[in-house]
Amino acid sequence: METPLIEFKNVTKRFGEKTVLDKVNLNIYGNQITTIIGKSGTGKSVLLKHIIGLLKPDEGAITFQGKPVNTMKKNEWEACRSQMAYLFQNNALLDSMTVLDNVAFPLRQTTKFSKAAIEKRALKRIEDLELTEAIHKFPSELSGGMQKRVALARALVTDPKIVLFDEPTTGQDPIRKNMILSMITHYRRKFGFTAVMVSHDIPDVFFISDRIVILWEGTVGFEGTYEEAVRLKLPMIDEFLRSLDGFQDELTGLLSREAFRVHYAAMLGGTATVAAVSAALFSVQLDLMHETLGPQAAVEVLRALGEYTNRRFNPIGGFSARHSRDEILTIFPHTSISEARQLVADFAQELKHEAIDRIQSITIAKIGVATSFDIYIRAGIAVVSPTDAIDQIIEKARAKQEIVATHRCGSGGNEQ
Amino acid sequence: MTSLVQIYILNAMVHLFSFVGAGTLRLLGNFGAIAIFFSLAFVNIFRRKQLREIVNQVFYIGARSSLIVMLVGLFTGMVLGLQLFYTLVKFGSVGALGSAISLSLVREMGPVLTAIMIAARAGSGMAAEIGILRISEQVDALYTMGVDPLRYLVSPRIAASIISFPLLTAFFDLIGIIGGYLTGVLLLGTNAGTYFYRVQSSLNMVDIRGGFIKALIFGAIVSCICCFQGYFCHMRTDGYGAKAVGLATVSAVVLSCVTILIADYVVTSFLM
Repeated sequence: METPLIEFKNVTKRFGEKTVLDKVNLNIYGNQITTIIGKSGTGKSVLLKHIIGLLKPDEGAITFQGKPVNTMKKNEWEACRSQMAYLFQNNALLDSMTVLDNVAFPLRQTTKFSKAAIEKRALKRIEDLELTEAIHKFPSELSGGMQKRVALARALVTDPKIVLFDEPTTGQDPIRKNMILSMITHYRRKFGFTAVMVSHDIPDVFFISDRIVILWEGTVGFEGTYEEAVRLKLPMIDEFLRSLDGFQDELTGLLSREAFRVHYAAMLGGTATVAAVSAALFSVQLDLMHETLGPQAAVEVLRALGEYTNRRFNPIGGFSARHSRDEILTIFPHTSISEARQLVADFAQELKHEAIDRIQSITIAKIGVATSFDIYIRAGIAVVSPTDAIDQIIEKARAKQEIVATHRCGSGGNEQ
Repeated sequence: MTSLVQIYILNAMVHLFSFVGAGTLRLLGNFGAIAIFFSLAFVNIFRRKQLREIVNQVFYIGARSSLIVMLVGLFTGMVLGLQLFYTLVKFGSVGALGSAISLSLVREMGPVLTAIMIAARAGSGMAAEIGILRISEQVDALYTMGVDPLRYLVSPRIAASIISFPLLTAFFDLIGIIGGYLTGVLLLGTNAGTYFYRVQSSLNMVDIRGGFIKALIFGAIVSCICCFQGYFCHMRTDGYGAKAVGLATVSAVVLSCVTILIADYVVTSFLM
C-alpha cells in the first residue's frame, strides 16, 4: 500500500474549552488533489494550518514522509516546510507592497537568484494569472478576485511540491472559480505538486479532486473518492453533499449532478410510456485549450457550450448536466437514436453559425496572427435502456464520440 | 462568631496571596518571554539580507523623528534656562547656568525625553504596524513563505532603534543647550562667554558616555517592548482584532515609558 505523504495520527487540537479537532486520523497521498469539505467551524483551516506548522497539535502526531514532525530537527523541518506553499483564505497579501513585489517576495527572501531571474519568474506567474495590468498596483487597489489570484501567483512562484489551498475560490464569480480550479489542476499536472484544498465549489471541486475528506464535528467523517462517497449513501454524507449541491451548475446553467439524477430517476419511473430514450455526450478539450488559449478562454468556451446545450435541448424536453470537467451529458426522452442524431447534427450547425462569433471573441485575443488552433466539439450518441445507470450511459456514449463541430481560431478565427 | 471572622480573614489572605502570586508569575513569564524574544531578534540582526531593511527603519525611526526630537529639545533647554536662571540668581551663582543646563540634559533629560518621544512616535507605529500584520495573517504568511517573521519584522527595528536613539539623543542635547542659551543669554542677559565656558568645562566624557549608554539601552527596551506588544497582540485576552491592535499600541507606549524611567534609575545608579 502506498505510504502517505502526510499522516495525521489521533491529532487533537483545542482552543480553550473548545475541541476543534478530535483524534483526527487522516492520510494525504502525494501527487493527488485532496479536498477537505465540512460545515463552517469544523476545523478545516485548522487542519490545513497543522500541515504547514502554523499550529501544533495538543495531542497526537503528524508525520511527513513517515517521520513525525515533532521529532524533526529544525533544519529537517525547514527542508520539509520549504516544499510547501499556503494560500490563505483572506489572501494575506503584504499590503505595503505592489503585486510584483508580493509575488517576487518569497524568491527575494529565500533564494539566491539574480534580480533579473526573480523578476522574470514573478512576471511569468503574473502573466499566467492574467494580472499583468495590475503589476504596479497595491492589494488595496484590487478587487477581491484579483487579490486571490495574486495570492495564488505568490503561492506558486516557488514551484512548491505541496500546495495548501484554504478556500481558493471564495469571492470569485463562476468563471473565475472554474478558472482557478482549472489552473490548480493544470499546474498540478504540469509541476506535479500535491494539493490539499479546502473548498465548497460543487461540482467542480469533485471533478478535480482525487480524494475528498469530510470533516464532521471535529473528526474525519469520510475519506475517499467522490464516487465512493456517493455510493456509500451514509445519511450524514448524503445530507451534507445534497446541502452543498444546488439545483444548477453555476458555470454553465445546466442541472447539477444531483438534480440530473432526480430527473433521470423520475423519467425512468415512467418508462412504460417512454417509447425511446437517447443520450448524447458532448465534450471539449479543456486542458488543451487551457494550455493554448489560457484558463479564462477555456472556461468561457465550456460555459458557452453549456449555455447552447441548455437553450437548444431544454425546450424539447431534454436535460443536461456536466459529468466531468469537460463533458456534458444530455438525455433526450421520447427520442429515437436517429432523431437524436438529427438533433445533434442541427445543434452542430447552430454552434457553427451562432456560437462561432462568441467563441471567436473569446479566443481571438489569445491567439497570435501567425498561430491557429482548432477547438473540436465531440459528441457521442447512445441508446438508453431503462436499466442503465448514468455511468453506463456515459461509457456507451463516450465510445461513440466523434467530432461534430470545429472552430479554428487565430488568423481571423475561421469556422470549418 | 470569632471563628467566622477568622475564616473570612483567612479567605481574604488566600485571595490576596493568590492574586499577588498569579501576578508575579505572569510578570516573570512576560519578562522571560520578552528576554527570549529580544535574544532571538538580536541574533537575527546579523543574518544576510538585513541591511536594506535596517536602513529603511533608521530612516523611519531616526530621520523622521529628528524634527520632533529637536523641537522638544529646544523647548526643554529654554525652560531649563528660565527655571535655573531664577533659581541660581537667588544663590548668586548665575554663572553656573551653562553647567547646570548641559549636565541635566546630557546625563538625564536628553536620553529620557528622547526615548519617551520616540516611544510615542515610532514605538506606537511599530506596535500598530506589526499588530495589523499579525491580525491580517501577514505574519503567518511570512512564515509559510519560509521567511522568519522575527528576522524580517523585528530585528531591523531593534537594530535601527539601537542606532537611532544615541544619535537623536545627541541632537536633543545639542539643541537643548542652544535653547538654554536663547533664554539664559539672549533673553535674560547672562554672559555668553561664561555660558559656553561652563558648558565646555563641566561636561566630561564620562557624562556623554553615560548618556549614550542610556540611549542605547532605552533604544533596545523601546523597540523590544513595542515589537513584542504588536507581535503577540492576537494572544491578548482583553480584545480581539482591531481592538487588540489598539490595546497593544497603548500598552506598548505606556510600558515603554514606565520601563524607561525604571531603567534610567537602575543605569544611573550603576554609572554614578
